[in-house]
Amino acid sequence: MTADSAPRDVWVLVDHADGRSVRKITYELLGQAQALAGAAGGRVVAAALGAGIGGLAGDLGVHGADRVMLADAPVLERYTTDAYAAVLAPLLEEARPRLLLMGSTAWGRDLAPRIAARTGAGIVTDCSAVEIEDGRIVATRPVMTRKAIARVAFAADGLRIAVVLPNVLPPAPAVPGRTAETVAVPVTVDPGAVRTRVVEIRPLARETVPLTEADIIVAGGRGLKGPEHFALLDELAGALGAAVGSSRPPVDSGWVPHDYEIGQTGKTVNPQLYIACGISGAPQHQAGMSGARWIVAINRDPQAPIFQIASYGLVGDLFQIVPLLTAAVRRLKAAPQG
Amino acid sequence: MHVVVCVKHVPDTEAPIRIRGDGRGVEESGLNFVMNYYDEHAVEEGLRIKERAGGSVTVITAGPARAVEALRAALAMGADHAIHVQDPGLEALDHLGIARVLAAAIAPLPHDLVLCGKLATDDNASIVGPALAEYLGLPQATAVTALELGEGRATAHREVEGAVEVLEVTLPAVVTVERNINEPRYPSLPGIMKAKRTPITAKALADLGLAPDAAGGPHRVELVGLTPPPRRQPGRVIPGEPDAAVRELVRLLREEAKVL
Ligand SMILES: Cc1cc2nc3c(=O)[nH]c(=O)nc-3n(C[C@H](O)[C@H](O)[C@H](O)COP(=O)(O)OP(=O)(O)OC[C@H]3O[C@@H](n4cnc5c(N)ncnc54)[C@H](O)[C@@H]3O)c2cc1C
Repeated sequence: MTADSAPRDVWVLVDHADGRSVRKITYELLGQAQALAGAAGGRVVAAALGAGIGGLAGDLGVHGADRVMLADAPVLERYTTDAYAAVLAPLLEEARPRLLLMGSTAWGRDLAPRIAARTGAGIVTDCSAVEIEDGRIVATRPVMTRKAIARVAFAADGLRIAVVLPNVLPPAPAVPGRTAETVAVPVTVDPGAVRTRVVEIRPLARETVPLTEADIIVAGGRGLKGPEHFALLDELAGALGAAVGSSRPPVDSGWVPHDYEIGQTGKTVNPQLYIACGISGAPQHQAGMSGARWIVAINRDPQAPIFQIASYGLVGDLFQIVPLLTAAVRRLKAAPQG
Repeated sequence: MHVVVCVKHVPDTEAPIRIRGDGRGVEESGLNFVMNYYDEHAVEEGLRIKERAGGSVTVITAGPARAVEALRAALAMGADHAIHVQDPGLEALDHLGIARVLAAAIAPLPHDLVLCGKLATDDNASIVGPALAEYLGLPQATAVTALELGEGRATAHREVEGAVEVLEVTLPAVVTVERNINEPRYPSLPGIMKAKRTPITAKALADLGLAPDAAGGPHRVELVGLTPPPRRQPGRVIPGEPDAAVRELVRLLREEAKVL
């Protein structure tokens, strides 16, 4: 065995939508935690912070948590760096798990480095895999605009935090009837010591599925020619149950807001299916989407670099092809599945 | 309002890279280095704040000799002062170590606001900003798309999953910025001339009261190696008239890819 005398448990920080439901990334982290903890003979511990979140524990048990640490208090209703760090850092220092897994989401990326700095934990962000090799925990992450894949090893001792990309790892399977032990965590945070205050959350009405969690993404580029034509993509996405994104020019031209952007200066996405419409496939765009399982390119230029990475290419006018595709998908969905 | 902006000198993302023989980094020869893209937005935000509220903009980097170019670029945009932490001891530091060094350099400076890019485009870590906030004992707002300063506090907008979060943070604070917070200016000719004349304050780890080997604390993570990404197999172009091609595509998505 290694010199690591710390407990064998693997922790997961639960990412949830206002305590109502667990985010998909949490199931993915639980799946990863099961694999890692199982190999080491440890438990899977889910730490959930929020207000009125007791209802999440059952679901976490069904998805592989052996124990749920519930920090449930009004001061945790909205995520704030100060309050969440004040609860999580001492918990970790006391339990000293082998590894804490967090999701690479807006608050995961905000919190993880803060916790690492406070506790002296090793931290690796944007992980696409976390494995045990010769007793060491090794994380894999894309770097340099995805032009290289880095493998980073955690030190043999001490705390470790891996921040994992959403939509990359398979979710833990649901085992109906499986339950977790629940432990209530006392919360003693002084609200006066919290130096940020969430004034408002403005939901993006259009975003039914966040791009980073979507199984299918329909993305448009400069070839869309104007904001009004994004309606074509909305219709295709509606038929597919997909999210809509874009390359950078539509954002820079003000056709769509910045949160649509996929690529080096936008989001990194890992859907099952990515349909690129009027996108040439520049390296900076590929940096955000080349992890998609299947890629469809619709472009009238047969030389466009996107065809180099597309599983299926259609050379032609998107204004003709996209509506045909929408109609075909609708027909398929309407037909009795056989 | 005294603003400190942290900048990093990184390879231009346009260029192809060559992984070193030992897999422990990339060949620097032939690479073009520039100020990290998001840091340009951080510098711009600092300059706009100074233009509205007065005060100063100090840029700081912890990096090798070549990184002075990132400082010159920020000075050319209009920054007032520049600090270059340069030390052989930096090479061994991980992100937390670099954040500790920056904190030691910034702590004695007047700072109402510390700005960073939301991440550096070379290693994408997005660790230094929040870690710096922790070491300075300041609150933070990360990946900010709009920032408005008030009396002793600031209002920041952040993109979160499915929403925009509006956040109030007390000052001083560390804020990391998204690219749509502003459009960075181009350096003016007089700016470039002035940048050449502006002295750059050099600091070694010892000047910051940090022992070279202790600056990063014990090693928490270590790069095992870099490899090229797996090559994607180019697939097939589906021939035929649009109508037939779309039908074939849907069949493939259903039967081969099994995603419909
Ligand atoms: C530092 C930096 C960061 C960047 N970050 C990003 C990023 O995060 N994301 C990103 O996407 N880009 C990014 N870029 C920009 C990137 O380099 C490209 O300029 C951009 O991706 C091109 O977008 P596009 O493919 O939509 O447009 P173009 O390259 O102009 O391609 C448009 C495509 O549409 C096709 N087309 C036109 N009309 C039709 C039609 N009727 N039917 C079918 N096809 C049609 C054309 O054949 C063409 O291939 C970045 C650049 C830099 C310098």
